[in-house]
Amino acid sequence: MIRGSQLRSMLRESMRMTVEAIVQNKLRAILTLLGISIGVFSVIGVMTAIRTLETSIESGLNVFGTNTFLINKTPAIQFGPGSRSKYRNRKNIDYRQYELLKERAKLPILVSVVDSEQERSIRYKDKLVNKTVEISGGDENALRTLNTFVEDGRNLTQDDIQFSRNVCLLGGDVIDKLFPFEDPLGKVIQIKGLNYTVVGTIERKGELFGGSQDNFILIPITNYLQKFSDNRTSLGITVEAPSVEDYDKTQDEVIGIMRTIRKVPPEKENDFEVTSNTELLETFGAFTGGVKIFAFSVSVIALLVAGIGIMNIMLVSVTERIKEIGIRKAIGATRGHILTQFLTEAVFLSQFGGIVGVILGIAAGNLVAVVLNVSAVIPFDWAFYGLLVCSLIGIGFGSYPAWRAANLDPIESLRFE
Amino acid sequence: MPDLISLTNIKRYYDVGGEIVRALDGVDVKIKQNEYISIMGPSGSGKSTLMNMIGCLDTPTEGNYEFGGELVHEMDDDQLASIRNRKIGFVFQTFNLLPKATALRNVEVPLIYSNIPKEVRLEMANKALVSVGLGDRVDHKPNELSGGQRQRVAIARALVNNPSIILADEPTGNLDSKSGIEIMKILDELHSKGNTIILVTHEEDIANHANRIITIFDGRVKDDLINNNKMEVA
Repeated sequence: MIRGSQLRSMLRESMRMTVEAIVQNKLRAILTLLGISIGVFSVIGVMTAIRTLETSIESGLNVFGTNTFLINKTPAIQFGPGSRSKYRNRKNIDYRQYELLKERAKLPILVSVVDSEQERSIRYKDKLVNKTVEISGGDENALRTLNTFVEDGRNLTQDDIQFSRNVCLLGGDVIDKLFPFEDPLGKVIQIKGLNYTVVGTIERKGELFGGSQDNFILIPITNYLQKFSDNRTSLGITVEAPSVEDYDKTQDEVIGIMRTIRKVPPEKENDFEVTSNTELLETFGAFTGGVKIFAFSVSVIALLVAGIGIMNIMLVSVTERIKEIGIRKAIGATRGHILTQFLTEAVFLSQFGGIVGVILGIAAGNLVAVVLNVSAVIPFDWAFYGLLVCSLIGIGFGSYPAWRAANLDPIESLRFE
Repeated sequence: MPDLISLTNIKRYYDVGGEIVRALDGVDVKIKQNEYISIMGPSGSGKSTLMNMIGCLDTPTEGNYEFGGELVHEMDDDQLASIRNRKIGFVFQTFNLLPKATALRNVEVPLIYSNIPKEVRLEMANKALVSVGLGDRVDHKPNELSGGQRQRVAIARALVNNPSIILADEPTGNLDSKSGIEIMKILDELHSKGNTIILVTHEEDIANHANRIITIFDGRVKDDLINNNKMEVA
């Protein structure tokens, strides 16, 4: 029987022999490592990137605010191929439907409406915003549904909406362009040649996925519908439930009212989309799930190929060292000693390749984080699995060559030149 | 004194493409402790097979082999490895050192396989190298040493585990005559210190260092004689 201390010293010696063998064949070792590294790199890289995206999306998608859901003609986010034709024939959601919903729904604490258009020509005196700005039409609750606040001046009022006044609130980016040194309040700007008085400024929200959330101008929805909409315009209605407990009830009520307003026959599906944070996350989850499976398959294939590479290199290594194995056996190495030596070498090779792959993978994944300007995440669990799999590959694909080495005949091996 | 090695009716047959080759065909040899023996014979006589047999590298097809009370003919591969490690020191014609390891490391390897702690191991290996006059060459690799020095490393490696026998297969075959004499001198000294030495050679000059000469022919012992022309290295 081999005692624990003997096993330890045997492993230590195997380690030493392994390092010697690798140092003596640097190029070959590096080429073998490369296969493993690429396999591990691909899975860790994709997993880090996805984990990073997930984290930032979970915080970023809370743009709606809590207990809030959205009613739209078409889904808010679509990943992958979807039948656009299914949505094309739906009736638009117009301002009247919004008014009716607001009037009839009892449970929501807030029903708000918003729609936006991209607009180029926005100027104040001689200053021109030379990029597209989002013109959003909304009601007095629009800012709240966007999770932001009035910074200076005042919000839109019910009167602004009722009388379709030419007033506006400016987002941070627009202020930077038009009023670098002036107080924008009370000034008159031109949007598409029309005069709007600035009544307020909007608190900045910063960036999400590398895009600014402050590049917009808010005007009364009624005014927006007159000046900027066309027959394709379909409004988005935001509904906020009073609490988490009442969320489902509120959603049911609102869906019922919308069906009545839009005269959907009872047997038909909704002809509008209800989107909540949860649903967005689910949609995103389905998308990342696909990417994960793909990355996983790529890695499995890469690691399999790498494993075969390890086996190949170990077989070469055994053949090259037949004489050495013969000498070692002659002076007392048992089959166990030789087996341990070659297995250690295989595991060490694949493990080392795995570590390189993990480091590169995490670096690449975090590069995605830097590009998208979100905080980086290190997937420790995947790194652990990756290294575990590397050990298994080393043992799995190293076993046969090691077994062959261990069972070489000492006399034949000694004679081998 | 009991026999250290006892080979009784040893047969070793090989199957070469359906034809049976009788490399050893009934060999009886007894060896006592501190003997100095030469095994001679032309190539193909079975000399090498006998050496492999005595060295526990091979097991007989038939016959009994007892080594210090242990039944070698019944051993499996790992038991053979263990007895080689504990009881036998090999010296080969082609030295058979690990080419990329230092002299010290080469001598250390048998001790690794017998699980001797590192500090003890290094001390023993160092001592063995000093005893063959290579105390100043411990960090040299085989390709940095002369043939004679390489063979001395091999002898140090053979000695380091305090084996029962030293088995030297044509130890001077790859050396110039001067180095050959040096190596034979070391072996003679080892014998005089109490070691059992078995020399396998086809050179009479070398064989004459031994006290007893066994001649193998056609897989059998042809002669087993006390050497009357014993040659001493001056």
